[in-house]
Amino acid sequence: MRLHEYQAKEVFADAGIPTPDAALARTVDEAVEAAGEIGYPVAIKAQVHVGGRGKAGGIKLVENDDEAREAADEILGMDLKGYTVDSVLVEEAVDFVNELYVGVTMDRGEGQPVAMVSTRGGVNIEEVAAEDPDAIAREHIDPAFGMHQYEARKVVYEAGVDQDIAMDVASILSTLYELWEERDGADAEINPLMVTADDEVIAADAVFNLDGDALFRQQDLAEIEDKAAGDDLEAKANEYGFDYVRLSGNVGIIGNGAGLVMTTLDLVDYYGGKPANFLDIGGGAKAERVANALDMVFSDENVDAVVFNIFGGITRGDEVANGINQALEQFNDIPKQVIVRLAGTNAEEGMEILNTDLVQVEATLEDAVQAAVTAADEVEQ
Amino acid sequence: MSVLVDEDTRVVVQGITGGEGKFHTEQMIEYGTNVVAGAVPGRGGQEVAGVPVYDTVAGAARAEDANAAVVFVPPAFAGDALFEALDAPVDLVVAITEGIPTQDMSRVYRQLQDTDTHLVGPNCPGLITPGVAKLGILPGNIFEAGNVGLVSRSGTLTYQVVDNLTERGLGQSTAIGIGGDPIIGTDFIDALSLFEDDPDTDAIVMCGEIGGEDEEDAAAYIDDNVDTPVVGFIAGRTAPPGKRMGHAGAIVSSSGTGTAESKINALEAAGVPVGDTPNEVADHVEDLF
Repeated sequence: MRLHEYQAKEVFADAGIPTPDAALARTVDEAVEAAGEIGYPVAIKAQVHVGGRGKAGGIKLVENDDEAREAADEILGMDLKGYTVDSVLVEEAVDFVNELYVGVTMDRGEGQPVAMVSTRGGVNIEEVAAEDPDAIAREHIDPAFGMHQYEARKVVYEAGVDQDIAMDVASILSTLYELWEERDGADAEINPLMVTADDEVIAADAVFNLDGDALFRQQDLAEIEDKAAGDDLEAKANEYGFDYVRLSGNVGIIGNGAGLVMTTLDLVDYYGGKPANFLDIGGGAKAERVANALDMVFSDENVDAVVFNIFGGITRGDEVANGINQALEQFNDIPKQVIVRLAGTNAEEGMEILNTDLVQVEATLEDAVQAAVTAADEVEQ
Repeated sequence: MSVLVDEDTRVVVQGITGGEGKFHTEQMIEYGTNVVAGAVPGRGGQEVAGVPVYDTVAGAARAEDANAAVVFVPPAFAGDALFEALDAPVDLVVAITEGIPTQDMSRVYRQLQDTDTHLVGPNCPGLITPGVAKLGILPGNIFEAGNVGLVSRSGTLTYQVVDNLTERGLGQSTAIGIGGDPIIGTDFIDALSLFEDDPDTDAIVMCGEIGGEDEEDAAAYIDDNVDTPVVGFIAGRTAPPGKRMGHAGAIVSSSGTGTAESKINALEAAGVPVGDTPNEVADHVEDLF
């Protein structure tokens, strides 16, 4: 789960990390008023979960009311890589001489947190990492102790941060680590951490992604999650509690278990089709979940045919078959052709229950996928 | 022969009084697993599925001589349950629970380094030595005893591949679902090394998926240390970057690391044939015999 920049900055500021003066605006008038109060120049920044906002025209620097009005008008409502901008952060423009990077994340390979500092801030850090890995200093942290003060200093000095500001940067990194730990961060980042001519350091951007599995103990942050953001179907999947990812093809895919659903997508591609989505209904799915899954995939206008592939462990084939029958019997006209393959627990019972007037049944994964690709191709033509 | 699980495995189930814990305890017993105890705080003295329940894992291990724990404890309490199992101690811990916070797992992982216990999972279906015992939620009826070792990050994909193997009479020595989380106990390298040392495992199937670099590391390990032939499969060739594909760990980073292509290339470079479909995996295994 990602916080918006303005939300992350509030969390950082509350913890004592310096951030620029700023205000959130949802209308052009609010933005101009806020800009006047903060004092020009200000930056007007789109609040959407999209990387590279600046390049895409989602961040503008303005000098006066007219420019602020023009920029806010342009950015509010704009479409940034599929996300509509409904708010902007109006923020004091920091006059900087230098840009640093500080971040904390989990190194999954090591199973340990890692703190990172670089003097090459202000650009995409993943690009820096790819081009010149040595430009980023890293320090693994023992999760039993948390970050020692010396570790913060060590990684800052090893990154080559100027001595005059090193202690301030180390203190910000310590605070960032504590936040990351207390608030169940997945990634916490300040990029850029700006350095002014009089050696002030200030967090000009803020990223805080939470571990989605820890929301139960981060209720306050979970509540501010912007549920409306993103694709409508992905929002609906959230409501139904499905793992769902929308893709651009025309073969809808429903299955149980992440690895098997991914494999089904891959097979659609392998047999010359294009997957429309990833949808994992999870283990032990009952009739209602099956119906919800079909509703999800039918709602995607790109979908021309659906492959429904279940390998039952905890999930029972007969229950899935009943769910499919019930869901499809509601339609006078089934919107898209459904090809079903059941295997594993109670699969044979399930196959007998399935109403073959409503669905096409195939015995193997390969056959089911090929049938769906063919059906989708026929609709397309 | 087999790895990790055999006739001498004596299981304590943590969370045995919950719906899933109870159901799968019955299933494990029916399969022939020697489930000797349950452990649930406050429920000591009760009996579930004919098995005595203790308040602590240490108490259960002491009284019933348990040497393995299977964990069905809900995610908010699972980190603590895993520490308890490591402390008991038992030789093998199988964590079925999905959704344990990553930072909790990071602390468990750290503790694990100071013990001799094998942790399988979390977020996994468990493991099975066909005809002997299963620890977890795998459907026993699709497995058949044999000489193919299987290690996989995914549950249902394991079932699919096993089905393709069993259909051709290619039985399994042990099948291990190592789990789809970013931080897991037993990884591919640990499982490969166990299978390599098992005289009754004559071929290994390794099913990986997008995300992280474990498959790449495993490929390098195979190249240097594994003589037993290995066949691979990688799920997620069509996954877009930046999207979590169901499993918490199954994500191609936006900078393009953790792709299926990189994993397939690494395995093939180590001489491991990689099937395009689960059925092709079985073809490759059949070619070995």
